[in-house]
Amino acid sequence: MSIDWAHFTPWTSLGGGILIGIAAAMLVLLNGRVAGISGILGGLLAPRRGTTAWRVAFLAGLFAAPLVMLLFGEPAARRIDADFAVLTAAGLAVGIGTSYGSGCTSGHGVCGISRLSPRSLAATAAFMLAGMVTVYVARHLI
Amino acid sequence: MNLGAAFAAGLLFGIGLLVSGMTDPGKVIGFLDLAGNWDPSLAFVMGGAVLAGFFGFMFAQRRTTSFLGGAMHLPHNRDIDNRLVGGSLVFGIGWGLAGFCPGPALVSFAAGEEKAAIFVAAMLIGMLLYTGAERFIHEPRRRAKA
Repeated sequence: MSIDWAHFTPWTSLGGGILIGIAAAMLVLLNGRVAGISGILGGLLAPRRGTTAWRVAFLAGLFAAPLVMLLFGEPAARRIDADFAVLTAAGLAVGIGTSYGSGCTSGHGVCGISRLSPRSLAATAAFMLAGMVTVYVARHLI
Repeated sequence: MNLGAAFAAGLLFGIGLLVSGMTDPGKVIGFLDLAGNWDPSLAFVMGGAVLAGFFGFMFAQRRTTSFLGGAMHLPHNRDIDNRLVGGSLVFGIGWGLAGFCPGPALVSFAAGEEKAAIFVAAMLIGMLLYTGAERFIHEPRRRAKA
């Protein structure tokens, strides 16, 4: 292992992470809801009465974020190596996996671990491990 | 007021994702690539988010209603079962393949990134497949057992 110093951004990553945590704290303290993106989105696909409006409002805020960030300058470049086939396979896996696993990086990784939930800790360990193995196979074996 | 708060939380969440670098799949894969040129940034994102989130949830767990008056909806399922672990493993495979998880993918899609649009479309299809399976396969089986 070597450290990728060229891309390592400890301060902006820590700062961005704190903003994410404050946002999750806001949603649970003000609205009583967990900021799990896959759950918020999935809940719109199988709607239950009275739970649609706050989901739409949260997602509208999420969608407005890149616009607001334009005020602070040019957005950073995104490095996306995946082609159409890989993006499709990855999207399907993420959609199905987060549905069965009841959460993603935000719901389990941020909110669940913040609550010290053993269930979310197990889920986070599982998706981190699977992600690391997948990258190892894709980058170093194939 | 509730909807305004939800909008503000979503906005701040999205800004956090953009500032932290989570919306760059190269950065995510750089973090997952322990055997290569490792970018530890995402550990700092998680650390910062959990640090701030911890205090929020500590207060939230002592309350039965939110500060704006609605009920507190916290998960009470505590089972670590095959569904949770299997689903999370499948999610991790998809995360490692493209470097996108749901939040950053939605934000990148909103920023006009075409590749994120492909990912989001496939992700929605995956979620709908689950909804269908839940309604027509899992739920009838559960009912048959009960």
